Amino acid sequence: MHPAITAALTQTDSWIQFDVHGLASQFWNNTVDGLAQGGIYALIALGYTLVYGVLKLINFAHSEVFIVGTFATWLTFYALGFRPGADPHLSTIEVIGFLLLAGIAAMAASGLVAVGLERVAYRPLRNRNAPRLVFLITAIGASFAIQQALKLIFGLNQQPQIRLLQPQPLFRIFGAVVTNRDIILFVAAVLLWFLADYFVNKTRLGRGIRAVAQDPDTATLMGVNKERVIVVTFLVGGLLAGAAALFYMMKIPQGAIYNGGFLLGIKAFTAAVLGGIGNLRGALLGGFVLGLVENYGQSLFGGEWKDIVAFVVLIIVLMFRPTGILGESLGKARV
Amino acid sequence: MNIRERWNNLSRPAQWAFLIPVVVLVYFLPVLNPPILATSGTDFPSAMFDVARYALVAVGLNVVVGQAGLLDLGYVGFFAVGAYVAALFTSPNSSLHKLPYLWTLPLAMVVTMIFGIILGTPTLRLRGDYLAIVTLGFGEIIRLLADNVTPLRGQSGFERVGTNNAGQPFFENATQWYWFTVTIIVIVLLLVGNLERSRVGRAWVAIREDEDVAEIMGVSTYKFKIWAFVIGAAIGGLSGALYAGRLGFVNNQSFDVVTSMLFLAAVVLGGAGNKVGVLLGAVVVAYLPLRFVQIADYNYLIFGIALIVLMIFRPQGLLGARQRLLAKGRQAYQHLIGRGEQVSGESALAEPGGNQ
Amino acid sequence: MLAAVASLVLGACAARDEGSSSGNTNSSAAAPSQAANAANPAGDGKAVCSGVSLAYAGTINGSSAALGQNILRGADLAVKQHNQANPGCQVTLKQFDTEGKPDKAPGIVTQVISEADIIGVVGLPFSGESKAAGNLFNQAGLVTVTPSATNPALADNGWKTFFRGMGNDAVQGPAAAKFLTDTLKANKVCVIEDDSEYGTGLAAQVTQALGSKASCTDKVKTGQTDFSAVVNKISTESPDAVFYSGYYPEAGPFAQQLNDKGVTAKFVGPDGVKDPEFVKGAGAGANNAFFTCPCVPEDNFKDFTAAFKATEGADPGTYSPEGYDVTTILLKGIDSGIKDRAGLLNFVKNYDGQGLTKHFKWDAKGELSDTPVWSYRVENGKIVNNGQIS
Repeated sequence: MHPAITAALTQTDSWIQFDVHGLASQFWNNTVDGLAQGGIYALIALGYTLVYGVLKLINFAHSEVFIVGTFATWLTFYALGFRPGADPHLSTIEVIGFLLLAGIAAMAASGLVAVGLERVAYRPLRNRNAPRLVFLITAIGASFAIQQALKLIFGLNQQPQIRLLQPQPLFRIFGAVVTNRDIILFVAAVLLWFLADYFVNKTRLGRGIRAVAQDPDTATLMGVNKERVIVVTFLVGGLLAGAAALFYMMKIPQGAIYNGGFLLGIKAFTAAVLGGIGNLRGALLGGFVLGLVENYGQSLFGGEWKDIVAFVVLIIVLMFRPTGILGESLGKARV
Repeated sequence: MNIRERWNNLSRPAQWAFLIPVVVLVYFLPVLNPPILATSGTDFPSAMFDVARYALVAVGLNVVVGQAGLLDLGYVGFFAVGAYVAALFTSPNSSLHKLPYLWTLPLAMVVTMIFGIILGTPTLRLRGDYLAIVTLGFGEIIRLLADNVTPLRGQSGFERVGTNNAGQPFFENATQWYWFTVTIIVIVLLLVGNLERSRVGRAWVAIREDEDVAEIMGVSTYKFKIWAFVIGAAIGGLSGALYAGRLGFVNNQSFDVVTSMLFLAAVVLGGAGNKVGVLLGAVVVAYLPLRFVQIADYNYLIFGIALIVLMIFRPQGLLGARQRLLAKGRQAYQHLIGRGEQVSGESALAEPGGNQ
Repeated sequence: MLAAVASLVLGACAARDEGSSSGNTNSSAAAPSQAANAANPAGDGKAVCSGVSLAYAGTINGSSAALGQNILRGADLAVKQHNQANPGCQVTLKQFDTEGKPDKAPGIVTQVISEADIIGVVGLPFSGESKAAGNLFNQAGLVTVTPSATNPALADNGWKTFFRGMGNDAVQGPAAAKFLTDTLKANKVCVIEDDSEYGTGLAAQVTQALGSKASCTDKVKTGQTDFSAVVNKISTESPDAVFYSGYYPEAGPFAQQLNDKGVTAKFVGPDGVKDPEFVKGAGAGANNAFFTCPCVPEDNFKDFTAAFKATEGADPGTYSPEGYDVTTILLKGIDSGIKDRAGLLNFVKNYDGQGLTKHFKWDAKGELSDTPVWSYRVENGKIVNNGQIS
């Protein structure tokens, strides 16, 4: 920080800083980190967006679908014989193989929880034609219950870190170090988003999802199996959350903690709303924008404002442009 | 005829004749210290105060969630504002002018009402689940601000809240705090009950049941939603100030989102829209974990599962809301059908066919 | 298990019989061996008492439960050793879980006070709950010895029943600053604090003592795991050392992420960070980590460590020896024939004796007169003693 600014701050004893110099000097570092984090937000946001598009339901428990994936990742590493502590030395092939295994486990676990949630909690409500608030309260209850179950099983503390992929600097842009991990996170997020987009827009099941999102009753009349479409939607959202969990654990190996989903979930939801909820491209854009804004905001205002930045973005968007940046919904996307 | 109908058929004096002994019994609970009810790990009067505090919060949140049907996930924010108002004006840690503790109670209500207007004016244009998420965001922002804004002292907090200049607390022991809180609950219940039977209360029910229809029928929905939000906020602020006075210490640790969820669970479990129901819900949420310490590890898990099960099988909660749409309902019903009003057994959360 | 306790008791008794002349002759490096004249909970085995209890009040299952468990186990070991050696004086250790929450503490403390057989309390472990409930103990005249609440202001409340079993932040802060500048030769230090009272309070002491050498500061939150923006700030500042004022769950990922970004500054944490979990959590980031702690290295208390493992089924952690020591002092009071709260309060106030961790003698405010601060470092994945710093 510039000495003059430091002096001014200590003199006035102000509780918020405007460190423009810090923002400028750390800009590119924060850009790299923001994009890597934004990819994770985007993948979780896709789950919110898909379910919202089809059911007009905020799946409040999606954050727990995600966090189950982080535990699955950790357990896979543990089952493979790795123990917390010093970083193991592995060949590239081994790293890729083990990470793929963990990814499959995480996606399976998250997908299972998402589909289970739909079966146990949401389907009975749909059959009873319950109002929307009942869905939301049920989702809150489910979120609470999964969190507490994880707490009872794994305890209050984070699972000690096991890390297979050691970040290695690859190159620099404008002085900011870019590691192999940053590249993997960014590319994987975009790739998975392409897959999801292809699935929704180009496949038969995807057409069903769009049809139900547009008009559930007509879609049913036209022969679309609505229940099946809903299960598939939850499954896809869960699989993406599981993948996000693996990437998150690559970035933050201490990430498996019972209540770790809440903040990430809120932020991913913010990303979904920011881009335009119900819109797949919006989720990707919103994820990256939020990842960047959050990191820039910390440099500007100080580290303790990290979470407030996300909450303020959420409120501003919901109040002034609830349709988000891109605005179109899943149902209205090109058919 | 079920119990509730029988109750409704009683005349007012008969209802009072039953209620007054119940209220007296409630007052004497901490003195009686009944062996089966008494808590082991926590001092019983202190536990009873905690229950009373939750009950007051539940009554306040019920106005917002149960009466007007606005799902507020950030209610703990108002509770926090009330607690901080009491702390700022009574604690020696604060540089503000010191006031007698009793004055801070109405002050806390006024300040939280202003907060309610500030938060409600923009947010109440949103509906349903968007409103829920925005209130959640506001609740978290209030907690984080208490942490980041230096004059609010973060986790260091304010000590000796509610003491006078001589350093004496407002009440000496938990039993007195309990009596004071129960008295306030009775007064608040009477006021809220009157409000429910008034034009405002009918407007709320109309909004809760179908906002669009209410609007078309000439109910100024936005105005009445703000009313509900503000009145709920005031009661939340009041309970926050009581909590601060009893505890004598306020920091940012008690206003997290889990607390907000517990408040909501109290209302929804007991029966949103039903005053007796939410009191029951508050007792369930606040008392059972203190009484059965052996299940303390599991209580949140149990509440979470209970919420799911309840929403599927009994969305109106343990005791459902009553549809009191007539100003002088009893007389009207007795005139028409010779007995008290009928019970619909439904609530905001259980309207049939309320598809989206 | 009982045999292990018994053997420890016998061994310790033998050491006691040798008297105080043996001193610290066999100390390796700079660390003290188990002080031979340390107070032993077993006493002379002839104590007679009945119907008196001690209580532990603090977190057991709530947040930061690990710290509470460390203390509780230390206290439990002392009571078990005492009861084993003194068949005529069986003391119960009652446990009360405050979950570390300020709003739970008053109700639980009132309950503790209302149980007349409790004449002394080990706790409360945290500063926040102490602030909320400390006055209740004072009104009841029930003596409390905290083994871990380090906020200096707690002693300024005029509570006659408050005693602290280790040095406060005002002792550790300057010592840590001295360690940073003198031992580690750091001229530029980044002080990062979390949002806990402990973290903010200690950071203020350290920053003040460092003066102009504290060239950058930032704040993080409890529960935070992603420190990218803070790490970027530190990496552009390139300081000689980073002082993290907080607890180990956040310090682990923070140190790891600093290491990942190629920050080579020394990482220094206080007693809240000094935990084997930190070393696991930080991975390679722990290799250049140091700690300061107002606690004496417990690896040299061989008898204590062995008995602890045998009786409690776990390794002693941070503040286990302190919990053991303060409980021993309360037990000594009971053994001397004290049956009431006023007597035990008076006993603690006038206590003057050697413990496992340090010499215990309190001033009028309840602060210890002799509070050593030690430094530690990480070596081969283990926390080892790095010498006394004050």
